[in-house]
Amino acid sequence: MYCSSTLSKTRNVIIYMIVLLLGLICLLPLWNIVCISLSSSAAVSANSVGFLPVDMTFIAYRKIIEDNQFWRSFGISALRVAIAWVLNTVLVVLMAYPLTRSKSEFRGRNFYMGLLIFAMLFNGGMIPSYMLVKKLGLLNSIWALILPGALPIFNVIMVMNFFKGIPKSLEEAAVIDGAGPMTVLLHVLVPCAKPCIATISLFSIVGSWNDFFSGLIYIQKPENYPIMTYIQSLNVDIQEMLKSGATNATLSSVAELSNKNLNAAKIVVAVIPLLMIYPFLQKFLITGIVMGSVKE
Amino acid sequence: MKKKKRNGLELTYHLMMLPGLLFLIIFSYIPMVGIIMAFQDFVPAKGLFHSDFVGLKYFRYMLGLNDIWEVLRNTVAIALGKIFIGTFMAIAFSILLNEISIKLMKKGVQTIVYLPHFLSWVVLASVVVNIFSLDGIVNRILGSFGIQALNFLGNPAIFPKLIVATDVWKEFGYNSVIYLAAITAIDPGLHEAAAIDGAGWFKRVIHVTIPGMLPIILLMAAMSLTGILSAGFDQIYNLYSPIVYETGDVLDTYVYRIGLVGRQYSFGAAVGLLRSLVGLVLLVSANKLTMKLTDEKIF
Repeated sequence: MYCSSTLSKTRNVIIYMIVLLLGLICLLPLWNIVCISLSSSAAVSANSVGFLPVDMTFIAYRKIIEDNQFWRSFGISALRVAIAWVLNTVLVVLMAYPLTRSKSEFRGRNFYMGLLIFAMLFNGGMIPSYMLVKKLGLLNSIWALILPGALPIFNVIMVMNFFKGIPKSLEEAAVIDGAGPMTVLLHVLVPCAKPCIATISLFSIVGSWNDFFSGLIYIQKPENYPIMTYIQSLNVDIQEMLKSGATNATLSSVAELSNKNLNAAKIVVAVIPLLMIYPFLQKFLITGIVMGSVKE
Repeated sequence: MKKKKRNGLELTYHLMMLPGLLFLIIFSYIPMVGIIMAFQDFVPAKGLFHSDFVGLKYFRYMLGLNDIWEVLRNTVAIALGKIFIGTFMAIAFSILLNEISIKLMKKGVQTIVYLPHFLSWVVLASVVVNIFSLDGIVNRILGSFGIQALNFLGNPAIFPKLIVATDVWKEFGYNSVIYLAAITAIDPGLHEAAAIDGAGWFKRVIHVTIPGMLPIILLMAAMSLTGILSAGFDQIYNLYSPIVYETGDVLDTYVYRIGLVGRQYSFGAAVGLLRSLVGLVLLVSANKLTMKLTDEKIF
């Protein structure tokens, strides 16, 4: 190592620079949207906003406060996240426990497991699922966003594996004290599995908040759009034009472009709930991935 | 007495399974039955039980169509690009990040690079369109080097590359987490021994770090191969337009457009069935492969 110290120093400098550069590449595009939302419409139309707000103004955010449809969609998504989270967690935890039993303790255990795994491997596809939701009369209702994804099978297996890793003696002690399966589950296993349940909760919350596809196919009334479908519907017109080769400059005559900073502000506000839980997401990221890679 | 207790326990177990099972049957298994519409001239008004059976008509129609081959080729090309470049970037980034010894910087960079993974493509598509439009930031930078503006979103030759690149951008940080965990699990003694033998940093990466990560790399690669027919609906739907269909249209967007928007339900279901079947075969073979390569199972 003696003669290579200058070499290793140069190497380190290069590595630090590459890592910083990758960090910047991830950050700057997102920061650009924040800057656009804080710039005046004129500056946005002139396409002069880079990584600092130009003619900084909060007018876009002030406009959002009065935008009823935005808050309606925001509320629909918040409600959906709450219901889906409770439903997912209850169903997953309830199902995971019996599946930790052995085949002799719970005849039918392997049959149920087979049903779950097959449903994970194979599905009916988009069209039959749409037809089912339509037939059930759920179109345009918040339940169309919640019920089809109420049982995340992958999470059942994850929680089941976590339960299996909890020392049997804890459970046996409770059983000797006369506890039934529900008591064991709620008072022994669930408290031990808090990090695991936190992880699947975060998956559920992020997934529901970010999902725009269910809203796209199941909700036909724009006033019932969840937040991401609403934002997507805002993006559509202007993006269509940009993609077909129009430049921001030629678009500046279009009235919609003046909304560009407004739309950017809407995007920023729609992402704020995720940023609020982001510290927790990071905390449970490793747990989630490690658990996810330990399969049955 | 004991038997009675056991039966009681089992009954409780069945009851605990019941709520989830109801959702499983309704929302997973009933749509599977619904697949028979792929073999019918399905008319929603007549329903699944009164529509006329037409056998393999839609499958024959599908295979005769140029569309499907183009869409299939696009799907596989984009998915493979994402898998290979994405895996490479995640591995490379984890190796580099592991070298960072300033804690604050390491944490800070991690916080930033994991973030895009948690954002919806709806949000990121706006970011991408902004940056890559004809007079967006990227083209302004290219312009300052005297390169003519590229129509990233409207040029069929560039579009799939943009899709791969932006997906790698979104996911490399998050995907690096598992590789970083694998690196830290490697015995530091191996590095020391290699260093004593005179191996430089790069040599140690090639001969110690990467072999140590290999089981995880193989496992992740086998798992990602199962996604080869899903090139990412959310991303492509939010970025594509008719001018780039020839290279950018993938199975999921095709089924959505033709089947749902175009209301060709039977045809859409047929394409969907083909996709599910191939996906099933891939998943089962990936599982076999993983078991052979490592001791782990995917499911």
